[in-house]
Amino acid sequence: MKNSRRRFLQMAGVSALGLGAKPMLNAFAAGGGEGPDYHVATGEDALTAKQWAMVIDTRKLQTAEDLEPIVEACNKIHNIPTAIQNKNHEIKWIWETHYHNAFTDKTNNFLNEEVAHRPFLLLCNHCENPPCVRACPTQATFKRESDGIVLMDFHRCIGCRFCMAACPFGARSFNFRDPRPFIEENSEEFPTRMKGVVEKCNFCAERLAVGKMPACVEASKGAIAFGDLYDEHSEVRELLKENYTIRRKQTLGTEPSVYYIV
Amino acid sequence: MLELAVKGNKWYWGWLIVLLGVIGAGFGLYLMQLKFGLGITGMSRDVSWGFYIANFTYLVGVAAGGVMVVLPYYLHDYKAYGKVTILGEFLAIAAVIMCLLFIMVDLGQPMRALNVILYPTPNSVLFYDAIVLNGYLFLNLVIGWNVLEAERNGVHYQSWLKPLIYLSIPWAVSIHTVTAYLYCGLPGRHFWLTAILAPRFLASAFAAGPALLVLLCLFIRRFTNFDPGKEQIQSLAKTVAYAITINVFFLLCEVFVAFYSQIPGHTTHLNYLFVGLHGHGALVPWMWGSMILMATGIVLTVTPATRKNETSLMIACIVIIMGTWIDKGLGMISGGFVPNPMHEVNEYAPTMPEIGITLGVYAVGALVLTVLYKMAIGVKEEVHG
Amino acid sequence: MKDKKKILAGLVVFIAVITFPFWFNMGKAAPAPELELTAEAKAAKSCVMPTEYMKVEHMQLLDVWRHNVVRRGERMFVNTDGKLFNMSLSNTCLDCHSNKEKFCDRCHDYASVRPYCWDCHIDSPKGE
Repeated sequence: MKNSRRRFLQMAGVSALGLGAKPMLNAFAAGGGEGPDYHVATGEDALTAKQWAMVIDTRKLQTAEDLEPIVEACNKIHNIPTAIQNKNHEIKWIWETHYHNAFTDKTNNFLNEEVAHRPFLLLCNHCENPPCVRACPTQATFKRESDGIVLMDFHRCIGCRFCMAACPFGARSFNFRDPRPFIEENSEEFPTRMKGVVEKCNFCAERLAVGKMPACVEASKGAIAFGDLYDEHSEVRELLKENYTIRRKQTLGTEPSVYYIV
Repeated sequence: MLELAVKGNKWYWGWLIVLLGVIGAGFGLYLMQLKFGLGITGMSRDVSWGFYIANFTYLVGVAAGGVMVVLPYYLHDYKAYGKVTILGEFLAIAAVIMCLLFIMVDLGQPMRALNVILYPTPNSVLFYDAIVLNGYLFLNLVIGWNVLEAERNGVHYQSWLKPLIYLSIPWAVSIHTVTAYLYCGLPGRHFWLTAILAPRFLASAFAAGPALLVLLCLFIRRFTNFDPGKEQIQSLAKTVAYAITINVFFLLCEVFVAFYSQIPGHTTHLNYLFVGLHGHGALVPWMWGSMILMATGIVLTVTPATRKNETSLMIACIVIIMGTWIDKGLGMISGGFVPNPMHEVNEYAPTMPEIGITLGVYAVGALVLTVLYKMAIGVKEEVHG
Repeated sequence: MKDKKKILAGLVVFIAVITFPFWFNMGKAAPAPELELTAEAKAAKSCVMPTEYMKVEHMQLLDVWRHNVVRRGERMFVNTDGKLFNMSLSNTCLDCHSNKEKFCDRCHDYASVRPYCWDCHIDSPKGE
């Protein structure tokens, strides 16, 4: 009696599992397979490159006032919640800092005074060998193969913040709370984010896709150049050829794609 | 065996009710966190991991520490530990459950946690961490439960358990190694960027885990009819003595490398922790406290007289647990994030809700441990009593 | 089996409790929602895909859109008739279906699904 009851319950359990699994499997199967007759493609105007790179001519950006429109253009287009007062919860994609904070391994006690007082722009370096991408457990942050941009998939991010620990440049921000109430001017060009996900500069991938240059480049009045690092005739390569440039912490081997002319 | 856990005196039930109360309060605070976001914690853009991950790291150590009774018994046939292996395994179960909960409460989007399985990413250490922690939980549940049941029935445990038991030994080492790899493989975080981090984690684990086991054994002897045994406690104490000494030795190796080489990237974090940086030094008293506690622990466990005296041994174990918790929990995680990659100092301190949620997780662990130990001791009393 | 009565009583209570929602809501089925199309949507006659397909599969299609836009930078959608669309929830879907409350929400509320699209995607690109 005891045994057969046990057996019965076991069988009932297994059957219930089986019955439950069938529609599940069907549901998954329905997703793939022979899809309807449509296709997707890159837009005709899209700008493409092997590896996008940026050259910032800091000589042309001498004061905080020179930087302001650049930072603001980015903040506005990307719905950055600039009204957040708590420093801990700050969201920054591109921001201003001092030379010794930007280039922590290239500081001299007696630095050229003009450089020491010059403001520097910091943003995601879109490294060729990005440690954040290596760390992410869900591929929510990934290096896009087509053009080397390090992107965020906000839909997939679980908010573990491993990427923030992995980034040696402090380029990433986490939404410690719902950012929407803190957006000062809504932009329709880019979605807002939700609480609990990480975000950072995306080299304006959404603008490149429709043939526009990144917002900061457009707002910089020629101080920031943007182009393909592996096209020897690109504007950035011309600048790199003619000017001595530095990058942040290149000894770490992450190969940043943002270059600075000092 | 579960029926053993539902029979207890009023102290047992009172303790469970207290724990349930703490869990309830912690859960309430967690609901608050879910609604508001992780902004209710003290974490920031610069210190993006805090109390949750620190306690997670510490408890992975406690879980791995359980292997210090399993290994001598199964590999060296040290018979005396036969009585206490189950305590090590059940402690590991409770500790791993707390680890998994700490990871969950730390996530910004916890309902997406299964993305880790949906999009498996072998280049992420977190992927392996999920595997080894869940695997270790599974191994200890299967082994602990079956060995205890066999003991109750007066038979030898099933032969298919043997390979799992052998597997559980390197697996214990792996959980803390992988946890160390979470930190020590990150470029630009020089405090963690050291090959000795995993060994250091293991040393502190093998001190803290067995120290907690000693305390639990002393408690069990005092309040139940089961005596884990004097020899067993003394052997554990020797393990603690070696491990805590090695832990401090490893720490001193780090200090030597940093300050003899005088490379700023290496010294700056230690400076922040032990003397303060640019006027910020919230952790300075804690870190020195930790050093004093660990040094006291070494003296008390290495000296034969104080090790053999169970009162001083108890004190030694308490100070070692506190010392390693501060070292690994408070210092290790915050220390790595301060100063930030731009060499700016932004300090971290946990908030009240954050501490409340942490206590809630600890209460879950204590509840699991209480119920498991109740069963284990119930069986031991039946068999040996 | 001396506990037979207790077991049976327990089973009855258990079944009563788990089927409670069905008893409680019996005979009170909410009517299927009626969706309102904007003038623009009516004029277009067909969505990016045939109506029947959109009714059943719009979430799968949106998933394809989001995957390709976010991860591959492919933003152009070419439907069965060879017509081109910009794959954008805010700027394509909601440009036409600008009455989210009377279109998206009605059906989602009825089916008790809460897609979190609107946590991030702005739901009225034309302004209120």
